[in-house]
Amino acid sequence: MRDVLQVSALRTHFFTHAGVVKAVDGVDFTVRKGEVMGLVGESGSGKSITGFSILGLIDPPGRIVDGSIRFNGAEIANAPEPALQKLRGNRIAMIFQDPMMTLNPVLRIDTQMIEAIQAHESVPRQTAWERSRDALGLVGIPSPEERLRAYPHQLSGGMRQRVAIATAFLNRPDLIIADEPTTALDVTIQAQIIHEAQKLTRQTGTAMIWITHDLAVVAGLADHISVMYAGRIVEQGATDDVIDRPLHPYTVGLLGSVPSANKRGQRLYQIEGMTPNMLAMPKGCAFAPRCRAATPDCQTAPPITEVDGRRLRCHYPQVQGAAP
Amino acid sequence: MTVFIIRRLMQALLVVFLMSVIVFFGVNVIGDPVHMLVSPDADQADIEATIRRLGLDRPIWEQYLLFVSGAAQGNLGNSFIFGEPALKLILHHMPATLELAFSALFLAVAVGVPLGLYAGLYPDSLLSKGIMAGSILGFSLPTFWVGLMLIMLFAVELGWLPSTGRGDTGHILGIETSLATRDGLSHVLLPAMNLALLKISLAIRLTRAGVREAMGQDYVKYARAKGLSTRRIVFVHVLKNIMIPVVTVMGLEFGSLIGFSVVTESIFAWPGMGKLLIDAILQLDRPVVVAYLMIIVLFFVLINLIVDILYSILDPRVRLRDQGA
Amino acid sequence: MSDTIAPETSTPATKVETPFRRFASEFFESRIATVALCLLGLIIVLAVLAPWITPQNPYDLAQVDVMDGRLPPGSEAFAGYTMWLGSDGSGRDLYSAILYGLRISLSVGVASGIIALTIGMAIGLLAAYAGGRTENIIMRVVDLQLSFPAALVALMLVAIMGKGVDKIILALVVAQWAYYARTVRGTALVERNKEYVEAAQCLGLSRLRVVFRHILPNCLAPLIVVGTVQTAHAISLEATLSFLGVGLPQTEPSLGVLIANGFEYMLSGRYWISVFPGLALLLTVVSINLVGDQLRDVLNPRLKK
Repeated sequence: MRDVLQVSALRTHFFTHAGVVKAVDGVDFTVRKGEVMGLVGESGSGKSITGFSILGLIDPPGRIVDGSIRFNGAEIANAPEPALQKLRGNRIAMIFQDPMMTLNPVLRIDTQMIEAIQAHESVPRQTAWERSRDALGLVGIPSPEERLRAYPHQLSGGMRQRVAIATAFLNRPDLIIADEPTTALDVTIQAQIIHEAQKLTRQTGTAMIWITHDLAVVAGLADHISVMYAGRIVEQGATDDVIDRPLHPYTVGLLGSVPSANKRGQRLYQIEGMTPNMLAMPKGCAFAPRCRAATPDCQTAPPITEVDGRRLRCHYPQVQGAAP
Repeated sequence: MTVFIIRRLMQALLVVFLMSVIVFFGVNVIGDPVHMLVSPDADQADIEATIRRLGLDRPIWEQYLLFVSGAAQGNLGNSFIFGEPALKLILHHMPATLELAFSALFLAVAVGVPLGLYAGLYPDSLLSKGIMAGSILGFSLPTFWVGLMLIMLFAVELGWLPSTGRGDTGHILGIETSLATRDGLSHVLLPAMNLALLKISLAIRLTRAGVREAMGQDYVKYARAKGLSTRRIVFVHVLKNIMIPVVTVMGLEFGSLIGFSVVTESIFAWPGMGKLLIDAILQLDRPVVVAYLMIIVLFFVLINLIVDILYSILDPRVRLRDQGA
Repeated sequence: MSDTIAPETSTPATKVETPFRRFASEFFESRIATVALCLLGLIIVLAVLAPWITPQNPYDLAQVDVMDGRLPPGSEAFAGYTMWLGSDGSGRDLYSAILYGLRISLSVGVASGIIALTIGMAIGLLAAYAGGRTENIIMRVVDLQLSFPAALVALMLVAIMGKGVDKIILALVVAQWAYYARTVRGTALVERNKEYVEAAQCLGLSRLRVVFRHILPNCLAPLIVVGTVQTAHAISLEATLSFLGVGLPQTEPSLGVLIANGFEYMLSGRYWISVFPGLALLLTVVSINLVGDQLRDVLNPRLKK
């Protein structure tokens, strides 16, 4: 399958008064056509910034300082604004976390969907309106004509997120970046939204980056998983491999802290300590201070190792996914 | 809701009543207009005749009752100076004042909003800093002083614009106004600018704060992620969000424009009710002063009443309940 | 794992940082505010020292010569000194007149500010102390008054009362007390809901004590900020009323009166009679406002803490 997106050695830093925050510090991954890539990490690990970097939506004091982002073969890191504007919402669409905040409260749904089409194509309003209506139908919104006339506050959270998904698919993009799109929703709605998104990517062959802090969400959705910690990807691989045989102690911890039926009665695992202060990163492996397997070797940065098509950043991979 | 409106209405009436007492007694206890009106060589009989004619010989509470019963019928007494009904005089001067206030309001929005928009979008640019410094000055400078400077610069030094009076008037929709003729417009410009200055500063600050808040919102980032042009984001997504509060506040300021027009009208010899008031105060023309003050009180009470009712209709809690659905 | 966390506990204390010193250093961070404060200091000194640093007492008729009337800046007076700022219609040296005018303007503004602050603070504290119905009624009156612009309230009062220093001060006080009352009550409302007030009440401290020992000190910072801005406002308001001829009489020539006197000469190009007093007024008001702005910026974060 064709590579839609290749990110390599991406670094996005924020130059604040207090110092340089290396929010994204050397990230590599590839997303192929029709594939879903799960980008997993705690809040503050840099996963959302990675998504915004791809779209060129990093505002000062932040900027992409190094690395390359190739989209359909063309370099788009630090591309000129007009070029990026043509890509955004057209070839690369984005779905945000909180549907309460992302739709403009004073504009009707139809305005906000039609403008997304007309920003990239000169089509008559009527055509754009019909496409919007059909898109709403596709994501399972009943009586779409009526919803198009509504203002955002007249719709429920789940409904709004469906509108956002429909909007993302409007221009048949090659890639959709979904930034925790289900976090703000009820669990039942969450499952429906994931189902709709999965269905649409299968139908359209659109690639997707699904950003989340919840491994359970991507386990059933993604083809590949990249686990991020403190601005770096610490483990990468096919979903089943990563879930069944996590190698990095951090992934092991994350998996251990997910409650599940077959661990009933056991104590849930907890990763000790807190995410590191981005202004004062530990030397070497950023996870070392919280890691049970850490030794003095971890004071040096672990090299990236590749095993069976999996990439890893650790001195002491956990063999056979033994629960710590 | 109805109960609320009736209660607010009663309060408004109470305020008007209290103010009428304060204004009437205040004005009539202090100052003696007889000496102003009777020529110095008039004899005692002339003076007494004048006092009787003006009703000044009756007890003060009786004068007040007469005033109230008259006021209820729209009769606020006759001007000592002009001999005409005070209310008629004020109503006669009101259009000029309203015209000035509306022009100033228009200028405030037309000048303040674009400048505020710019300052909000490019907060670090030199021009924005200049705009904000200007708005601080606009808040600090006394209106009358700015008026003087405007006259000195545009009327005296440059000779571009006239500095006194209303100029030629024409008719728009049957209303006599200076806005209908070129000459009239040139006369309106300086006083309207003067009156608008404070409100321009206010509009700049409101707009800038609104823009800066809106630009940080998720819906702007989302709009950018949709590939919209900056122009569409600013003029549709941002502007539409901030215009509601800006227009509301500016509308509320209309009352204060009427109040401040007293200063501007005096400087530019604008024949509105503000100038009428100052002349009346200086000539101790009590009925006109009382009538003006009562009209202004009524005006403000009315504005506040309308705002109160509007706010209760737009109560955020009602909207929140809607959103939770 | 606790050994991995080693917080730094010792910071060398080289100099004692008193609250005042920290406040001062934060205040002087802004260059504009520093300049404004210096300017304001200079203006106050000039006003206070006016009788000793002016060539003429402009209101001692024996020292004023009508022959000196309407001289442009830099002219030489009959008595021999130079009138750097020119003279007004009746031959007064403008430099002297402005400094004497500043005295009047500043005194009226500051006096009305202090009186309004005292009354407003007392009423605001009363509202906070009494609570319930009393508080409700007081705040109704405050809200009602604040719905009218202060300038209009003052204008209405002078329209009723007429001219005079006492009357202007009274008008300014009535026009402004409500701002102070609202400030005090607003702060009291915030403070009243904080734990330490509850704690104080639990300790059985009297309400009076809570108001004076706990609420009042917390109101001081916002009161200072409101006080500076309102004083500037009072000065400018007095000038406006005097300019309109309904403020101070000719016998108490504040800056506003001086500007009004020069107004008639302005159209004939004799700008200096109005412009120089106007500039003095401007510098005073703007510098107070800038100082007030900076005070607000410096004092506010501490309120949130």
